[in-house]
Amino acid sequence: MQILENIRETIRMIDEEFLDIRTVTMGISLLDCADTDIDVSCDKIYRKITEKAADLVKTSREISSEYGIPVVQSRISVTPIALLASVSGGDPVKYAHALDRAAKTVGVSFIGGYSALVQKGMTPGDEALIRSIPRALAETDLVCSSVNIGTTKAGINMDAVKLMGEIVREAAEMTPEGKCNSTAKLVVFCNSVEDNPFMAGAYHGVSEGDCVINVGVSGPGVVKMAIRGAGKDSTMDEIAEIIKKTAFKITRTGQLVGMEASKRLHVPFGIVDLSLAPTPAVGDSVAEILEEIGLEEVGGPGTTACLAMLNDAVKKGGVMASSSVGGLSGAFIPVSEDQGMIDAAISGSLSIEKLEAMTAVCSVGLDMIVIPGDTPAASISAIIADEAAIGMINNKTTACRLIPAVGLQEGDMLEFGGLLGHGPVMPIRKASPEVMINRGGRIPAPIHSLKN
Amino acid sequence: MRAVISTVGKDHPGILAYVAKECADRNINIEDVTQKVLQDMFTMIMIVEIPGSHSDFESIAAAMEAAGERENLKIHVMHEDIFNAMHTI
Repeated sequence: MQILENIRETIRMIDEEFLDIRTVTMGISLLDCADTDIDVSCDKIYRKITEKAADLVKTSREISSEYGIPVVQSRISVTPIALLASVSGGDPVKYAHALDRAAKTVGVSFIGGYSALVQKGMTPGDEALIRSIPRALAETDLVCSSVNIGTTKAGINMDAVKLMGEIVREAAEMTPEGKCNSTAKLVVFCNSVEDNPFMAGAYHGVSEGDCVINVGVSGPGVVKMAIRGAGKDSTMDEIAEIIKKTAFKITRTGQLVGMEASKRLHVPFGIVDLSLAPTPAVGDSVAEILEEIGLEEVGGPGTTACLAMLNDAVKKGGVMASSSVGGLSGAFIPVSEDQGMIDAAISGSLSIEKLEAMTAVCSVGLDMIVIPGDTPAASISAIIADEAAIGMINNKTTACRLIPAVGLQEGDMLEFGGLLGHGPVMPIRKASPEVMINRGGRIPAPIHSLKN
Repeated sequence: MRAVISTVGKDHPGILAYVAKECADRNINIEDVTQKVLQDMFTMIMIVEIPGSHSDFESIAAAMEAAGERENLKIHVMHEDIFNAMHTI
């Protein structure tokens, strides 16, 4: 009877509680495509991606139907394009078009890696790529971009931070149809990871192999319903145990799908990213987990403590379920992609400052936050710097995916549609950080980076 | 490959026979069946052997699910490994 109960539980998790594999992401190294002629380089990229990923979407679909678990998206991550742009010179947007074409040919949902790693300094190739991001995002559909501006080891590159504030603004202004959704495909990282399967921040790091399969799982709804089942009298440590057990089960499905995809595609298996990734569907929300633990609304007092416990328990449960854990691994708190977060932002319970505190204890950072269209570039840079400082000091990944809503004011709503959801324009403090941002230079690496 | 077919729907005579016939028509061998009626809801779980390759599985699963819909039954066909992965260490 235990077996029957297990079967029923699995079916319920998938059918009613939104358990799914968010993404099977194929990481592809493009280092062997570098060429001093940019057009040759783009041709090689297109050929390599369409060859390696030819069967990716088909295999994901087959696995999905065989195991009865939805694989929501197939994606590709590639070597940071700034490296190739440094070799070839020329207009980096050509690379974006080559990536976009390749992604469309193989049928994936997104391709990530229009990226530069500039935590310590920028090469001319890095800078050219960063300056081209707004155009690259506006002219393509599936390309995602990320820039790493700080690490615990190197400190924070404030010249890059200043530049990125301007780039985020420019990207929002250049988006076609005035929806500002280019910026939804642009992440600014501190301590970015090389094997992250989630967009928009996925890229295939230079220390990775030629080709690899990484998997990102999802399942906030499953965790929420498991907590609900425990009732109101369970202690916090009992709740943590429930989260651990649930995370184990979720991660095992990710491991299974990853191993199977790797076997069928003849590509080595990389990692499972143990993240709880919400979607705008009601019930598929990280905010609702925190509310199930016992908060009237996310953003109120107690939120950071609940999130810290959730994030830690997810990792503890997941780590034994997978042969190799990596990526960002933790709870995501993207505002516009999580109905509970959206509601709390509208009601005023959730402020950008509280979100910043939350990012100190969970994975990633200020994610999918819609800010007023007239927010100055310097303020965006300063928010990026604040978030990077949390990552740098705490030895963790943090990121900013801010959406300046051109033409909209505090309290208005911005609609993206699909998995990106919608979000209210959240207020930003008006005090200017301009002098600090204009200083440029670097914030030196913290003392605890000196471990040798 | 071994798979689990689960069937849920409002109870009425002939469900087991209907699903079993759909299986037989597709050369699916039933190895174990457990069923229960709870407050008018029929639930049944079959452990079966499905012939053929990965792509055959996809079409067989889709056909079984469609057969379920014709009778107002919710039928899922899933590879047994997903249950093993999730519930065993």
